[in-house]
Amino acid sequence: MLNKFPLWKNLMILLVITFGFVYAAPNFYPADAAVQLSGQSGAMVIDESVLAKVESALNEGGIEYFGSESDGESALVRIADKKLQLRAKEVIQAEMGGDYIVALNLAPTTPQWLSNLGGTPMKLGLDLSGGVHFLLEVDLDSAVTVRLEGDLEDIKASLREERVRYRSFELRGRQIIGQFRDVEQVEKANTIIRTNYRDMQPLNAPGQNPLSIVLNLSEVATSLLEDNAIKQNLTSLRNRVNELGVSEPLVSRQGKNRIVVELPGVQDTAEAKRIIGKTANLEFRLESDGRGGERFDFRNPAGQGPDAMLEKKAVISGENVTDARASFDENGRPQVSITLDSKGGWQMGHATRDNIGRRLGVLFIEYKTKLEKSIDETGEVVITPVPFVEKHIISLATVQSQLGKQFRITGLDGQRESSELALLLRAGALAAPMYIVEERTIGPSLGADNIEMGVKSVTVGMAMVLLFMVVIYRAFGLAANVALTMNLLLLVAFMSLLGATLTLPGIAGIVLTVGMAVDANVLIFSRIREERKAGATVQSAISAGYDRAFVSILDANITTLIVALILFLIGSGPVQGFAVTLSIGILTSMFTSIVMTRGLVNLVVGGRKIDKLWI
Amino acid sequence: MTELKVYNFMGIRKYAVIFSAILLTVSAWSLYSQGLVLGLDFSGGTQIEVGYDSPADVSKLREKLESAGFKNPVVVHFGSETDVLIRLQGEPDQKLAEQMVEVLKTDGQEIDLRRVDFVGPQIGEELREDGGLGMLAALAVVMLYVAVRFQLKFSVGAVLALAHDVIITLGIFSLARLEFDLTVLAAILAVVGYSLNDTIVVSDRIRENFRKIRKASSIEVINESLSQTLWRTINTSATTMLVLLSLFFMGGELIHNFAIALMIGVGIGTYSSIYVAATVMLALNVDREDLLETVEGELVDDLP
Repeated sequence: MLNKFPLWKNLMILLVITFGFVYAAPNFYPADAAVQLSGQSGAMVIDESVLAKVESALNEGGIEYFGSESDGESALVRIADKKLQLRAKEVIQAEMGGDYIVALNLAPTTPQWLSNLGGTPMKLGLDLSGGVHFLLEVDLDSAVTVRLEGDLEDIKASLREERVRYRSFELRGRQIIGQFRDVEQVEKANTIIRTNYRDMQPLNAPGQNPLSIVLNLSEVATSLLEDNAIKQNLTSLRNRVNELGVSEPLVSRQGKNRIVVELPGVQDTAEAKRIIGKTANLEFRLESDGRGGERFDFRNPAGQGPDAMLEKKAVISGENVTDARASFDENGRPQVSITLDSKGGWQMGHATRDNIGRRLGVLFIEYKTKLEKSIDETGEVVITPVPFVEKHIISLATVQSQLGKQFRITGLDGQRESSELALLLRAGALAAPMYIVEERTIGPSLGADNIEMGVKSVTVGMAMVLLFMVVIYRAFGLAANVALTMNLLLLVAFMSLLGATLTLPGIAGIVLTVGMAVDANVLIFSRIREERKAGATVQSAISAGYDRAFVSILDANITTLIVALILFLIGSGPVQGFAVTLSIGILTSMFTSIVMTRGLVNLVVGGRKIDKLWI
Repeated sequence: MTELKVYNFMGIRKYAVIFSAILLTVSAWSLYSQGLVLGLDFSGGTQIEVGYDSPADVSKLREKLESAGFKNPVVVHFGSETDVLIRLQGEPDQKLAEQMVEVLKTDGQEIDLRRVDFVGPQIGEELREDGGLGMLAALAVVMLYVAVRFQLKFSVGAVLALAHDVIITLGIFSLARLEFDLTVLAAILAVVGYSLNDTIVVSDRIRENFRKIRKASSIEVINESLSQTLWRTINTSATTMLVLLSLFFMGGELIHNFAIALMIGVGIGTYSSIYVAATVMLALNVDREDLLETVEGELVDDLP
């Protein structure tokens, strides 16, 4: 029969509609403003007693709250009046002190049955929720240089061991260059380097001085080193961000040497920057035995004196440190337990075996940026960020026995010192220095404004389109309007389910989808009108209209989908958000504007004798 | 049987060519000579954080800075009600921040400059490259798809129409000195999608009519196709425009330029889907033969 859907198709439409309602629903429960409390270190227990303290602080401050909860690791208090959220944070921070991290948060109010079905509200991008965005650049060159410096010392040591005499061996740029007095020594050195340092690639340029060796780090080794450096930095950044107690932080790699950190809800960038930007590294070096070395100041001069001489070569660096924790020894004295990776453990064992009784220093290296003024060619004053390095000794302790993968630093003054040292050690476990190249903050007021205006403009725009469609296409316009509304619902449902992030460009994508979703129906209805004008009967006009318009709709949507996919592949953050919304919108709108309107039309006019169409 | 009124669109295509040529030349000239006014996203810029003793009124501060000659300062609360963040476009400049603080101090309030931040210019540069690259890649793939699905002449027409729309939209932004930021980039990309949608629908009808109508010139077929799709083109543009108007008037400052870019794009896109793509196809001598299945070619191969 013409224009009748089989039962399964109607059921499918119903199913999709139900799906849309269920998964879009969590977005209609507004989130509560909340304050989250967590400990500076993971060892702290946040239980009912801590919660009680928080509650009494809020009571004193006259701030209404509800639904407070704690799970041992963190506590969450919902604030009744959104405007008091900031004040609540200040009150709690003042009461609890610096050992606790207090963060602004949004607590979802999704009902249990919806959560059980996997329903979650859409995530809001930083431009809507407010928060901090950092873009960090990992200094890979510096990672390579550090590696080469280490290799250089190792090579020199091996050559001395094998009694190969050289005039000089030094690092120039990214090349290790050795000078010799005779060819025999060059050959010997070459053999040693070839067998023991496979990552080093000897350069044999024509016209090169035969009494020299030029070594480059091989490409494979370089890219492996760089890759590891980024990975290590990502891991330690994630650890640090977790210390901030942010609800849904994002730490991900972008491009070859960049890392994006997004902290939604965080307003105190200074605090975030202090922890993220604590771009630091560590070096474990033995104290100088008097034959050369480098002098460094103590970070905390009150302890062991103003400065000390350390050897030039590091035993291990921060990248070998996998963990550092403050704890207590058998006698209840504070200590820091350090865990190294296997390579680090082996190197540490090798270095401390013959040096028991000497002191081992931990050098904390901070990479900072200062703004420097200069004058460019056109005579204008330019401010350029100049990176600089600060090195301080954070610990200098006597080696009691041969150290391995796990060892302890004892003799610390108190718990405060041990937790500080553990924090610095963890923070310094970075393979390569990072610099902040971009920093953005979106205040909570701006975010809220953006949401409000976004929602308002989508609503008003939708309303006008709905009106327009009814005026132009009458009864069929109504069908299109149902489809359009369902399309918006499905779009929201899919975005929530896929965990896509809603950003301002994303809202723009939705708006565009609304505009373009109508297009499919306009195409179909125009076709039906044409068919009617050409003298087709009502039923065959509907059928032909849908069939013929389908090809156009498909072609148009596939090409737009291609554009959206490319945008997603090539673009970053905001552009990707737009692309995701657009792609989902295209797919849902194809379903609603073709299948759903057809279902409605079939239901109303299908299989009946009608002479006139309200179109 | 009522006949559809067929408008002679292609009859005035010479004027359309001249019109497009003028728009393109002016756009290209403006883009070449004065470029785009780049937003903070692309240009890099400065932002400062200041702290007040008592809660600060951000809208008053904004007015104050604006009247002191700072262009489009973004002023928001920062962390607490007493802290204010001010962002300015342009090269990072310590002096600029100091001047801003001077202006903010004029009513005798104690404030301290907490921080001077910047968006690295290299970030903006990369973003510009990515955007441009994305646009080119999109054009290339679309051209390929249309060539396979339709025919090479259609594909050239669609891509030229696309380039036409993008260049003119950018050109108007450059001429009107409107700020080009990430949201505008997104809008331009949306224009690509929209314009393509329009052109494909028209091309689809042209293809259908070439196959259906046997005894008619290419110009007649194209005119008929354009007339048939005219109402669809107008209605779709109208609905999209309605939504964009609502964005423009209610979407707020941040989305203002986004809405403008799309309105320009949709307007130009509507025009180009009627005139540009079809005119290009005619210039390439498109006719029925182009769309017939290539059975003859196979026969030729069989000849000894």
